[in-house]
Amino acid sequence: MLRLLQIEFIKLWNNRASKVLIISYFVLLTSIALIAAIKFDIGPVEFHLADQGIFNFPYIWHFNTFVTALFKLFLAIVIVSMMSNEYSNKTIKQNLIDGLSKKEFITSKVLTVISFALISTIFVFVVSMILGLAYSDYNEMSIIFSDLEFLPAFFIKLVGFFSFCLFLGILVKRSAFALGFLILWTIFEQVVFGLLGWKVMSWEAAKAVKRFFPLESMSNLIKEPFTRLSAVQNIGQQIGEDMKFDYHVYWYEFFIVIIWTAIFIYLSYALLKKRDL
Amino acid sequence: METILTVNHLTKKFGYLTAVKDLSFTIEKGNVYGILGPNGSGKSTTLGIILNVVNRTSGEFSWFDGSTTTHDALKKVGAIIERPNFYPYMDAIQNLRLVCKIKDVPETKIQEKLELVGLWDRRNSKFKTYSLGMKQRMAIASALLNDPEILILDEPTNGLDPQGIHQIREIIKTIANQGTTILLASHLLDEVEKVCSHVIILRKGENLYSGPVDSMLASHGFFELRSTDLDQLQTLLEKSASFGKIEVFNGTLTAYLKEEMDAESLNKMLFEKGIILSHLVKRKESLEEQFLTLTKNQ
Repeated sequence: MLRLLQIEFIKLWNNRASKVLIISYFVLLTSIALIAAIKFDIGPVEFHLADQGIFNFPYIWHFNTFVTALFKLFLAIVIVSMMSNEYSNKTIKQNLIDGLSKKEFITSKVLTVISFALISTIFVFVVSMILGLAYSDYNEMSIIFSDLEFLPAFFIKLVGFFSFCLFLGILVKRSAFALGFLILWTIFEQVVFGLLGWKVMSWEAAKAVKRFFPLESMSNLIKEPFTRLSAVQNIGQQIGEDMKFDYHVYWYEFFIVIIWTAIFIYLSYALLKKRDL
Repeated sequence: METILTVNHLTKKFGYLTAVKDLSFTIEKGNVYGILGPNGSGKSTTLGIILNVVNRTSGEFSWFDGSTTTHDALKKVGAIIERPNFYPYMDAIQNLRLVCKIKDVPETKIQEKLELVGLWDRRNSKFKTYSLGMKQRMAIASALLNDPEILILDEPTNGLDPQGIHQIREIIKTIANQGTTILLASHLLDEVEKVCSHVIILRKGENLYSGPVDSMLASHGFFELRSTDLDQLQTLLEKSASFGKIEVFNGTLTAYLKEEMDAESLNKMLFEKGIILSHLVKRKESLEEQFLTLTKNQ
């Protein structure tokens, strides 16, 4: 297993574009701390974002995992191109001739994906912990370590998304087209949802079905955290809008994403096995 | 003798096209094999199948008496298929390190192999800056990293200039002299003739012949003769039962043997009959002539 990871590491780390993207990704993850510095001083109105409770435990777990997940596109580019470049350089053929089995080839890619997700999760955990300890209003142990399910949700979300990228890389074989396909698929899910709600079934039923779509199920794992902010809740109450909103992570949401991940990895393997190179 | 590769009734179909048809052959240790055939005769497909990158339609093959899985066997094989494929953004050392990792061998041989193919001076240049000849030599270095039991080369001199072709041939000869089994696919007959002891001849995916180069045709060779009195020579030879076809072209008489005869006894016989030769050569048909005869007959 270590050997497969080392193989992939040599391939990635010697590629300048991948290296720059990976480094920028982790720099961006860290830069979430910069939000703390957002401060408006317009005469009498003084606004300091860090004071609005976004860094309060346990809310910070939700907020940070949601925001950092937006940066996953950087790694998506790296993953799509690490797969499709093997095709365009024909190095996949050479790898197999040199004695890597097709199973080992896929395993090395999947291990890389899992490592990326794992390192990101640890990163987010550490950054959030530091930010929270610095700015949170509550510092009791029991509060700090509540709502931690957002971290595994973040991990599974990334693994699922990157597996999808991996599959697209193998399917399309060209990195630019694979990324295009990714965007197309995002739109496609929304269009199908729209058509279902409009013509086929009720909007409620369509929403239920939508939760099973691959990308939708991934984004559904960590719901948007903004309406949970007390400031926003206050405004909501003032204008008479009930903002009761279920932000929890449920086991079946994990389950759906894990199933999709398994499907994408299996399809990648099946595709590689079936194809003549 | 130790068998390295056995191929049994191998067939590959691409849709309607049958690229390889019921092909069987074996590769024994220590020989240099050539796979001959015109373009599109299924050479590369056959190599692709035994190297695990092309799926077979039917038939079987086994490496080293089937004692290991194909991908483990491939770690003991060195192979170059068509164009050399490496990571363009990595230099020679980085690329070869990666190959070492894949083959699970220590990195100690990198310098030795790069020196063998004359690329040690350029070890820190990125692969994409190499000329085609250098890329091809780099591929050979990579294939040799594990001191393979068998080296498989597919059109190794394709697209190279004469100097490059010469370099590659010299390297192949050096490797063959070290006792490594080699399987060389080529459509260049003189190339195969120069280095191979055995040939497998393919046409449209079918095996026309496989065996030693010498016994490819049941032929005893031919004599090229010159003399002042060619007519007399011709009548004399036509009477002899040893000779078949006799041709005269440009003052040289070519007489094809029907049975074994050495040049000495022919010379003696003719001298006793009063014919003095100014030119006497005994030759075997070149591989090219044999190949054309063989493919024409079918």
